[in-house]
Amino acid sequence: MIHVENLIKEFGPKRAVNGVSFTVKRGEILGFLGPNGAGKSTTMRMITGFIPPTSGAVRIAGFDISEKPIEAKKLIGYLPESAPCYSDMTVNGFLRFTAELRGLRGAAIDSAVANVAGLCFLEGVLHQSVDTLSKGYRHRTCFAQSILHDPQVLVLDEPTDGLDPNQKHEVRQIIKRMGQTKAIIFSTHILEEVEACCTHAIIIDHGTVVANGTPSELKSRADNAGSVSLRVHSIAAETVRTRLNSLSLSGKVTLQGSDVTVTARIFPRDRTLSGELARAVADLAIKEGWRFDELYTEEGRLDDVFRTITLPNSVKSTSKD
Amino acid sequence: MNESLRNIWTILKRELTGYFASPVAYVFIVIFLLLNGFFTFMLGGFFEQGEASLSRPFFNWHPWLYLFLVPAAGMRLWAEERRVGTLELLLTMPITAWQAIVGKFLACWTFLALALALTFPVVISVFYLGHPDGLAIISGYIGSFLLAGAYLSVTLATSAITRNQVISFILSVVICFFLILAGWEPVTNLLVRWAHPDIVELVAGFSVMPHFANFQRGVVDFRDLLFFASVIVFSLFSTSVILRNLRGA
Repeated sequence: MIHVENLIKEFGPKRAVNGVSFTVKRGEILGFLGPNGAGKSTTMRMITGFIPPTSGAVRIAGFDISEKPIEAKKLIGYLPESAPCYSDMTVNGFLRFTAELRGLRGAAIDSAVANVAGLCFLEGVLHQSVDTLSKGYRHRTCFAQSILHDPQVLVLDEPTDGLDPNQKHEVRQIIKRMGQTKAIIFSTHILEEVEACCTHAIIIDHGTVVANGTPSELKSRADNAGSVSLRVHSIAAETVRTRLNSLSLSGKVTLQGSDVTVTARIFPRDRTLSGELARAVADLAIKEGWRFDELYTEEGRLDDVFRTITLPNSVKSTSKD
Repeated sequence: MNESLRNIWTILKRELTGYFASPVAYVFIVIFLLLNGFFTFMLGGFFEQGEASLSRPFFNWHPWLYLFLVPAAGMRLWAEERRVGTLELLLTMPITAWQAIVGKFLACWTFLALALALTFPVVISVFYLGHPDGLAIISGYIGSFLLAGAYLSVTLATSAITRNQVISFILSVVICFFLILAGWEPVTNLLVRWAHPDIVELVAGFSVMPHFANFQRGVVDFRDLLFFASVIVFSLFSTSVILRNLRGA
């Protein structure tokens, strides 16, 4: 549905987006990650046709956004970053206005507005002026506008920004539900959000895609992904180390803690062996009669991956220490 | 209804209700009418002139009244959209920039027409007091309406340049002031000293005054209509260029 090909955007001498390509199919939810100023919003603005790309192409269901803007825009629902609304209108008036621009007529407008007002919990404020709304309500009003015409493609720039935890949860549920039948791309700073609802994730930095995969693929790129963690009691640290080192599957072993409680992290020689390593460690601990109360395989954390990928090299090396 | 007309109508409706949703419209209309009355009866010498005509006491003031009031009415049209960020919303809707420009322009022009129409008591007065030339009054109103449209189109362009309404207002007043003064003798005399006569004539040709004066006298000339139409079309076209550059850079 969304096809982005080698997208480049230059603002004067500065290259904000540098050759971004990806595809989002129907039924996929793409999480768009990256530090501030990485080019996320600029990319989304090009996808939705607000700004033209310097070069490259965006196709929405086959329609090129530069050549067939009207046809392409009809298929898109868009929530801009600041969630702007016309402040001199009521929520109802604003939603009806956008519905009309989306080409809805008569009774279709009534039912569409009633529907999104229900979905986004706006019934109570429908006849209130946008001016008087709190930030969360204004945000949801703009979000409501983006899903009003039941678009096939949804582009959401930080849809949960500025919402309270309950509202965040609610918006995520809506996105997840709609993701089954639509192609959705949304940007966020909250990494749990990506794990919670995305089928795919892209990390973008300095205008280029630096990582692209499913959330679990990305997580496995963390430095400690696949390592096995073991916590034992009342065993000398050195004993633990030599025993663990003797395992054929284990690579590096690091230890933490006092002699009373020792936490060992065992890295596999090869990442594909991490499942077997965990079993081997368990067998060893039982054979040795160690008292352990914790044994698990580290999946890797998206935060760590995000940091290692997007931090400049100098900072990266110090943060590891 | 055609789709593009429908989009223009949707935007026009929104802008127009926007005016009346805030006190802006009412303040504007009241001030416009008060100033009109003041100029006509106190400064224009409506009663003293001894003839039943609106040309001098009433329409004479319009280029100057509009100079400040039209930019005030139109300065927010794009500047506010840019400041709040709704421009992004509007231009990612399945509409063309032209439809948005024309919709906004017509909305504000309709509003100005409404304010102008509310000056009808002065027409009633002049008919009550004497036997004026009705057609001259109609052509005066047409001229005034077109003049407002020309100023408004300039304001629309300056409004797209900036997100600051004050800057948009000042720029537009300056440009409209130029449109008034361009043909005025002290200005042309200033140019004559160093510029080629053709350039002087070109600059003088931008002046709205002689064209408006014809309408005031009761003459509806095709060339005057063409003048106002071309100012409006040119300014609206400039607006679309400004908006496109804004998104490009």
